[in-house]
Amino acid sequence: MAYSDKVLDHYNAPRNVGALPKDDPNVGTGVVGAPECGDVMKLQIRVGADGVIEEARFKTFGCGSAIASSSLATEWVKGKTLEQAATIRNTDIVQELNLPPIKIHCSVLAEDAIRAALADYKAKQAATAG
Amino acid sequence: MAVQTPIYLDNHATTRCDPRVVEAMLPYFTTHFGNAASRTHVFGRIAEEAVDKARAQLARAIGATTDKEIVLTSGATESDNLAIKGAAHMYRERGDHLITVCTEHKAVLDAHHALEREGFRVTFLPVGADGLVDLALLAAAMTDQTILVSVMAVNNEIGVVQPLQQIGKLCKDRGVLFFCDAAQAIGKVPIDVEAMHIDLLAFTAHKMYGPKGVGALWVRRKSPRVRLEPLFHGGGHERGLRSGTLAVALIVAFGAAAELAARELPEESSRVLALRQRLWDGLRNNLTHVHLNGDWSARAPGNLNVSFAYVEGESLLMGINDIAVSSGSACTSASLEPSYVLKALGVDDELAHTSIRFGIGRFNTEQEIDYTIARVTEVVTRLRDMSPLWEMVQEGVDLKTVNWVGH
Ligand SMILES: Cc1ncc(COP(=O)(O)O)c(C=O)c1O
Ligand code: FES
Repeated sequence: MAYSDKVLDHYNAPRNVGALPKDDPNVGTGVVGAPECGDVMKLQIRVGADGVIEEARFKTFGCGSAIASSSLATEWVKGKTLEQAATIRNTDIVQELNLPPIKIHCSVLAEDAIRAALADYKAKQAATAG
Repeated sequence: MAVQTPIYLDNHATTRCDPRVVEAMLPYFTTHFGNAASRTHVFGRIAEEAVDKARAQLARAIGATTDKEIVLTSGATESDNLAIKGAAHMYRERGDHLITVCTEHKAVLDAHHALEREGFRVTFLPVGADGLVDLALLAAAMTDQTILVSVMAVNNEIGVVQPLQQIGKLCKDRGVLFFCDAAQAIGKVPIDVEAMHIDLLAFTAHKMYGPKGVGALWVRRKSPRVRLEPLFHGGGHERGLRSGTLAVALIVAFGAAAELAARELPEESSRVLALRQRLWDGLRNNLTHVHLNGDWSARAPGNLNVSFAYVEGESLLMGINDIAVSSGSACTSASLEPSYVLKALGVDDELAHTSIRFGIGRFNTEQEIDYTIARVTEVVTRLRDMSPLWEMVQEGVDLKTVNWVGH
């Protein structure tokens, strides 16, 4: 498999690897995929008082393209509002990383992870408000 | 420690040609280029003599008593097809049932699938967690309609060695032909077609330090005399079993490789075994959660198939890109399913995704093994640090109880 330079770059120097405290009400956590499918992504966001994502972290079990997709996703959500982050599409990731067709599902997983993190954050906020 | 990279540890996929083999072969391209079937002139006779010598070398390497039984082919895929389809078509009056094993090479499995489409019935035997065939299951699967049993010698993924002698004995007692794909076995473990009661044996040069594109099928001539229907028709070469001008230079190389394989097997297998032990000890000293796939003791010396839990195989290959190995992970292949061989052993899909196959061979050194241990340790550690599964396991989460959102 020939990897694009951008996939290699994210694989070799992944951005924002790590974890945020998942019980923090300002942190949203999304975990998608399944070990038996060969890919699991965890993406976390910390949202500031102004509704802007100020921090993002990921951990990924998966191929190099999956690692690169999630690394890129953390870069892209940072500095965005929740609404803006929700508009990130897997096709944008495919284009940016130059993923071949058999690696499209890795980008789908990254999009799912963003959505899951946003949903988790919103659910937490609703729970504390209510 | 200066090791030269990239390091080749994928000797199940193919092997480097031994320089002695190349040397033996070269004159047959330029000087002795005759057609082995041209009996009327000296060019042809020299080629024919060279082919005959190779046949004898090949026969000796597998314990065959006569070199008249070697059918030269393009490789093990062709030999597998010739043996299985050739026997099925020849003996279809006698019965319509064949038995093989679900961990066989694709060439064997797909030849059987093709026969199923023609109306033959096939039993695909399961294997145990050790990867080995259960002789009682094999015996129970045999019926009076069974004409052929096909079991490989050494598995190409997990390296396990099947109990050939017992399987051969069982087949002989039941009057069923026994075909063995020994592509991964010659020069690695002792093979003796007589002692093992084998009737048909496939092998290939490029897995034993010879060139790609040449192989053989040994076909028993006496007790019983095995007959086959050819796959293709033409000039009647190889006693009508395999028409086509012989690839003299490749055959000479194959013969030379077989002679070296037989001669060096005792010394080479113990050397390779020591390298494998070094690799296994090194990996297990440095890393936890390393699982062996397949039986430990019934295993060809050069094979080590291990799962590095919580680290997906393709991402690991990417990190150790100066070491050539392969993975049973689905992500390395075009399919989304992990290795069918590991699945057949009952290895969990999640562990199958983390498997790496190391294939140690004739040209590997201790320095290369030490380098490999260090690189794998470094990359597995780095990838575990970014694995959500590893994090959960460290936190004491049982991954089996998690409600995964698959896709
Ligand atoms: C067990 C086994 N059988 C058959 C083959 C096919 O051999 P060839 O490449 O010579 O067709 C291989 C090699 O991939 C093998 O490992
Ligand atoms: S994680 Fe399996 S192909 Fe990307």
